[in-house]
Amino acid sequence: MALQSGADQPGADESRADEASPDVVLEARGITKRFPGVLANDTVDFALRRGQVHCLLGENGAGKSTLMNVVFGLYQPDAGELLVRGEPVRFRSSADAIAAGIGMVHQHFQLVPVMAVWENVVLGDELTRGPLLDRGAARARIAELSERYSLAIDPDAVVGELSVGAQQRVELLKALFRDADILILDEPTAVLTPQEVDGFFEIVRSLLDRGISVVFITHKLREVLAVADEVTVLRGGKAVGRADPRTATQGSLATLMVGRDVSFEVDKAPAEPGAVVLRVVDLTVADDRGVPTVSGLELQVRAGEIFGVAGVEGNGQRELVEAITGIRPSVSGSVAIGGTDVTGWNPRRIADLGVGHVPEDRSKDGLVGPFSLADNLVLNRYHRAEFSRRFVVRRDAVRRNAERLVADFDVRTTGVDVPAGTLSGGNQQKLVIARELSADLSLLIVAQPTRGLDVGSIEFIHRQIVARRDEGVAVLLVSAELDEVLSLADRVGVLYRGRFAEVLDREEATRRRCGMLMGGADQHAEEVA
Amino acid sequence: MSEPGRRDPPGRGLASRLIETYFRAAPVTVPIYAVLTAAAVGSLVILAVGSNPVDAYGALLSGAAGSPGAIAGTLARSTPYIIAALAVAFGFKAGLFNIGAEGQLLMGALAAAWVGSSPALAGLPAVAYLPLVLMAGAAGGLLWGGIPGVLKARTGAHEVIVTIMLNAIALGAVAWVVTSPDPVLLLDTTASVPHSRPMAASARLPELIAGSGLHLGFVVALALCAVVWFVLERTTLGFEIRTSGVSPNAARYAGMSVPRIIILVLAAAGALAGIGGAGEVSGGPNGYLTPGLLRNIGFDSIAIALLARANPFAIIPAALLWGGLLSGAPLMQLRADLSLDLVLIIQALIILFVAADAIVRFLFRVRRPKRDDELGEQAIFAKGWGV
Ligand SMILES: Nc1ncnc2c1ncn2[C@@H]1O[C@H](COP(=O)(O)OP(=O)(O)O)[C@@H](O)[C@H]1O
Ligand SMILES: [Mg+2]
Repeated sequence: MALQSGADQPGADESRADEASPDVVLEARGITKRFPGVLANDTVDFALRRGQVHCLLGENGAGKSTLMNVVFGLYQPDAGELLVRGEPVRFRSSADAIAAGIGMVHQHFQLVPVMAVWENVVLGDELTRGPLLDRGAARARIAELSERYSLAIDPDAVVGELSVGAQQRVELLKALFRDADILILDEPTAVLTPQEVDGFFEIVRSLLDRGISVVFITHKLREVLAVADEVTVLRGGKAVGRADPRTATQGSLATLMVGRDVSFEVDKAPAEPGAVVLRVVDLTVADDRGVPTVSGLELQVRAGEIFGVAGVEGNGQRELVEAITGIRPSVSGSVAIGGTDVTGWNPRRIADLGVGHVPEDRSKDGLVGPFSLADNLVLNRYHRAEFSRRFVVRRDAVRRNAERLVADFDVRTTGVDVPAGTLSGGNQQKLVIARELSADLSLLIVAQPTRGLDVGSIEFIHRQIVARRDEGVAVLLVSAELDEVLSLADRVGVLYRGRFAEVLDREEATRRRCGMLMGGADQHAEEVA
Repeated sequence: MSEPGRRDPPGRGLASRLIETYFRAAPVTVPIYAVLTAAAVGSLVILAVGSNPVDAYGALLSGAAGSPGAIAGTLARSTPYIIAALAVAFGFKAGLFNIGAEGQLLMGALAAAWVGSSPALAGLPAVAYLPLVLMAGAAGGLLWGGIPGVLKARTGAHEVIVTIMLNAIALGAVAWVVTSPDPVLLLDTTASVPHSRPMAASARLPELIAGSGLHLGFVVALALCAVVWFVLERTTLGFEIRTSGVSPNAARYAGMSVPRIIILVLAAAGALAGIGGAGEVSGGPNGYLTPGLLRNIGFDSIAIALLARANPFAIIPAALLWGGLLSGAPLMQLRADLSLDLVLIIQALIILFVAADAIVRFLFRVRRPKRDDELGEQAIFAKGWGV
């Protein structure tokens, strides 16, 4: 363990601490937590020092959230003990943890969208004056806290109308309002743009300056190196190592996290673009509320190239993809595939042109969880002669197809008859990829292909996408992970408010440049508004 | 990945949640336990009114199955329940709550009664007339199921609301057509108690066993169970229906037309119920339609479809149970001196325990499946209810 003496901390009281390591404010010893069929935490040790950021690094499913849910009193451990400021504690609920000065911001925010910021903050811990809410006192306290920790926020704003970054600040305020001095942040950066991440790190530093200690959960190596004082790496429920971020590299951390050497580079030859396959002209598409989230968008994707769409989620990605695939009607403009105008076509006709689509929400849109793998692998193809004869499904053909694809795409399963919903996220995604990429394609549209997946699955899926490109398929890749776009794409379009702020060749598309464009810099549209 | 503190999606009714929970149960055990529990509680009721449960249930059983005649009576009684429950279950599979079987039965019966008593068709031989009568029934039901289908597909109108309204309309329409003396539509003007014109002899479904009341409709019902099972489990259409029932989103993304499926399923469910209605007029003892002939069959069929978990073959035993309770009741009344209503109480208790499965699970220690995903599609088909 990389002991760091003399960590900068204000002269907070140390009178209570009397153990060997007086700095340790939170310690977990030998925590074991079992779920049916999964050992989510296996005798994990973990110690957080006062005024430090301790990163909990690990792939999806490594057990990070579980460990912190145990610390926060949401789960009861099967074995192990917790110490807060050296004192053994047993939390029966999160209320106990909160009382002990622990606050947690969950991966999925727990806010009430229709309520104001201040109402969300006080919810469950209302300051009262007689039977009434003491609105004034609550708001004053929130104003003071947001001042002290530079959490810019309007207490009267309605939470549902705030940006994701601002909602996160509300979550932080909720914890601080309850006097937390140990803060657990579960994947706090997953929803932020690169610029917002920088701002978020500023906030974390200001928390540290006030003596608050932070557990920071992430699977992003870059962030670990940027903020951590200490790192614990979890893999398969075990704490497999600790690292000193001053000496660690992304490569060494990744090896610890995955358990083997990984390459971040996607091997690919330069693209050899052919004819234009997808041509989108002046496209406007409205979202479910009727707001045009894609407006006047232009796009061309050529055979044999990967066009990467970068951008913060909610800038029209979903609507763009749904309009191209025929799932959502467009308001105006046109979409042509292979020279055929397909505007207004239904999804089946478009798919039959050789269009594969990996939807961003695989479990909701790409798969039917209770159906077998075999059925899921023909979900959009059961009607073809290959799989049915006179309206009767050819079950043997469906089964053979599944056995072949499960093998070809390395889907880890006990058989093709198990419900798709029982597979892990990575294997569910491989299932969708297998179905969509095994068709005869001219255009492949993939949205968030590796969200939430482990490194092994990510590598595999990336290779598959590049292989299709090399066969001459035009690929449209939409991803909220800038790194993914940059490592796969041959050209990059940065989507901002429903159109491409810029389309860059891969060489021009630096992290910095894309990050600025994602945040709306360089955007002349500002003046129009 | 699953985070604590997630709540149920808001706005879902208590009933739909209860029933969804029920479908999470082990497939067969809970319905059986529910029936046994209902019988046990029923015996408390019997004790409370001063009778002997053993005698009462014994009489019920022998009334339902104690002799070949009793068995035939039970089968006859169950026939319309099988078909109507099939109509409800077909909707469930597509995620639709077809509460309109009652009206669809009536409209089918009305169409069948009309065609079967039409002077213009008199003299048609049975080989031609019977299919015509059943097709008329199917057409009547198809219309009554198709309307909510089209309204839901085109405007999003909830099928529960629309079918409830259509039930009321069907009830009123049938009463008027059958009993109106001026203008005379289908009224048999010679009858003292108002009912429709009697159907032609060659338009009547023949009895399987003379004098038993058990008619050819029972065979039709069994055949329809097999047909529905085959369509659902083996055809491309069934694949589309089940997909859009479990996940309309995935269906849409896979290129299926969910509105088309909604119209098709509700219309087909209506047609099924319509055949059931036709079978009752044409195969029943009277050969004419009275406004009350099919009362509550459509509603009870919802319970039967639930008890059978929408499995087309499981509907047969579930409907036989229902028919048996009804046909055994008179003997129980006679021997144990109990009101016929006791049977209704037991039926209500069965529905209660089917819905409130937590009680049954607690009593019989039935394990809840670990994860929703392990349950198969059964788990999901109550979702379309989102009332
Ligand atoms: N409530 C739960 N019930 C069952 N299994 C769970 C539950 N929460 C987490 N798991 C399982 O425990 C393992 C660790 O999950 P988690 O702690 O969420 O990982 P991480 O946060 O590192 O991505 C995973 O295999 C996950 O499927
Ligand atoms: Mg997590």
